[in-house]
Amino acid sequence: MSLSSSDVKRIAHLARIEVSDEEAEATLQKLSGILGLIEQMQAVDTTGIVPMSHSQDVVQRLRPDVVTENDQRAAFQAIAPAVENGLYLVPKVIE
Amino acid sequence: MQWEVVIGLETHTQLQTRSKIFSGSSIAFGAEPNTQASAVDIALPGVLPVLNAEAVQCAIKFGLAVNAEIAPRSVFARKNYFYPDLPKGYQISQYELPVVGKGSLTVQVGDQEKTIRITRAHLEEDAGKSVHGASAGMSGIDLNRAGTPLLEIVTEPDMRSAAEAVAYAKKLHELVQWIGICDGNMQEGSFRCDVNVSVRPKGSDKLGTRREIKNLNSFRFMQQAIEYETRWQIETLEDGGTIQQATVLFNPDTGETRAMRSKEEANDYRYFPDPDLLPLQITLEDIAKVKAVMPELPGDMKERFEREYSLSAYDASGLTSSRGIADYFTAVVAQGAEPKMAANWVMGSVAAKLNEQDQDISASPVSPLQLAGLLKRIADNTISNKIAREVFDAMWAGEGDADSIIEKKGLKQVTDSGAIEAIIDEVLAANAAMVEEFRAGKEKAFNALVGQAMKASKGKANPAQVNEVLRRKLGA
Repeated sequence: MSLSSSDVKRIAHLARIEVSDEEAEATLQKLSGILGLIEQMQAVDTTGIVPMSHSQDVVQRLRPDVVTENDQRAAFQAIAPAVENGLYLVPKVIE
Repeated sequence: MQWEVVIGLETHTQLQTRSKIFSGSSIAFGAEPNTQASAVDIALPGVLPVLNAEAVQCAIKFGLAVNAEIAPRSVFARKNYFYPDLPKGYQISQYELPVVGKGSLTVQVGDQEKTIRITRAHLEEDAGKSVHGASAGMSGIDLNRAGTPLLEIVTEPDMRSAAEAVAYAKKLHELVQWIGICDGNMQEGSFRCDVNVSVRPKGSDKLGTRREIKNLNSFRFMQQAIEYETRWQIETLEDGGTIQQATVLFNPDTGETRAMRSKEEANDYRYFPDPDLLPLQITLEDIAKVKAVMPELPGDMKERFEREYSLSAYDASGLTSSRGIADYFTAVVAQGAEPKMAANWVMGSVAAKLNEQDQDISASPVSPLQLAGLLKRIADNTISNKIAREVFDAMWAGEGDADSIIEKKGLKQVTDSGAIEAIIDEVLAANAAMVEEFRAGKEKAFNALVGQAMKASKGKANPAQVNEVLRRKLGA
């Protein structure tokens, strides 16, 4: 699978990362290298092998349904760039 | 051309847990902004999600209730998208391996039964809320809702009309409350539906391009939105246009749907298994434990009512249409009322009053015990059915128990045969013409005479006795 510079731009946009044309070109080289590696691995016959979703063969531990957290809003909002009436402020969201 | 509408639903039900799905924050509604948002919920670096056991129980309960496969192993995935009320930049959801697999729900549409296939149901976290107009040029973010546990229930595109879609949504709404996994509060957003609508020429087996109506939080709006959207799509196609896949919003003020954003770009969620969470394992023992505490399901209860109480399918279905009505009916019967009579009253007078006042059965001013007390007096002939309705109205108005109302208003049925004979003698004397008609063979005249006798007794004479005495006196 080959990647184009515009693919890189699109992926960067989805992740809200700003990349210049030069950076996009450099990233394209690196990503293409990774894709090349994956292509090589595709040659391995994986019939009958269950896809792995985690590197360890253990299962999820569950937590009892109890409220253990208390209000730490003041501490969290002390490091926020902008707050008002308890809300975090962000540039206007346009729908 | 004849068109057919094809509808599928995705419903987000908020699970009735105390804490969030991946953190120990409270999910109580209506708290001050961001006071129920912990380090995990606001996605500070270095935090780890830990799954809430109760949320898993809820998912198993739902799976059992719709006869679905419950996955022995399911996987949490990251759904990546950028939005300010999603602090991690991804939502933890399930993708390839959801906790609940294929199931079904049978609904009543008019007098038809229809089975809707459920594709899957998966656990996920809710996002926060954006508050617009907080400050000029800014949006406010409240993360109290971020991390609230949801079960998203997805159907196959099996519905063919707005009525079917609404019937399914209502049935699902009752079911999740019945099994106690969701409070069903639509105003607070505990039960929200996204509806996928497409149209195709009737007879075609190819699906048309769909548009998704987001966040419908009332059944009435759902009906209106689907009807409008269907008309719009048909008109667009008939005018030679094409349908673009899109997300649309319904505007209750105009009754119209409007495209929100083109889906092509936003739809690239780049799902992948969340490395912060291990696979969720559900054993047969886990399922057996949940089964043991499951309430009797509405379908099973309906069948039992038909079998044990000889109720009609219609009555049994009505009595199990919500947990509240079923509990009420069961309580009336437990107080010794005859089941068929109890069914008639709960489905009749009680339902009519509640309907009139647009209230839920939990708001009924007449308790099951009080209703049973009234039915006892019908059964033992103290009052007739007709008088019972009068007593019921008084009970509804808060005038006390049946016995005290009957006593106070002197409504006790007259069963003294001497008194009844006296009334009938008077009636016969005063209505010689009717008597003649009856003797001439008009059966109708007999009913008129019964009516006169009942009227003369102010409705208190025992109707069966009146009939009997009257026939005897007329020599019929």
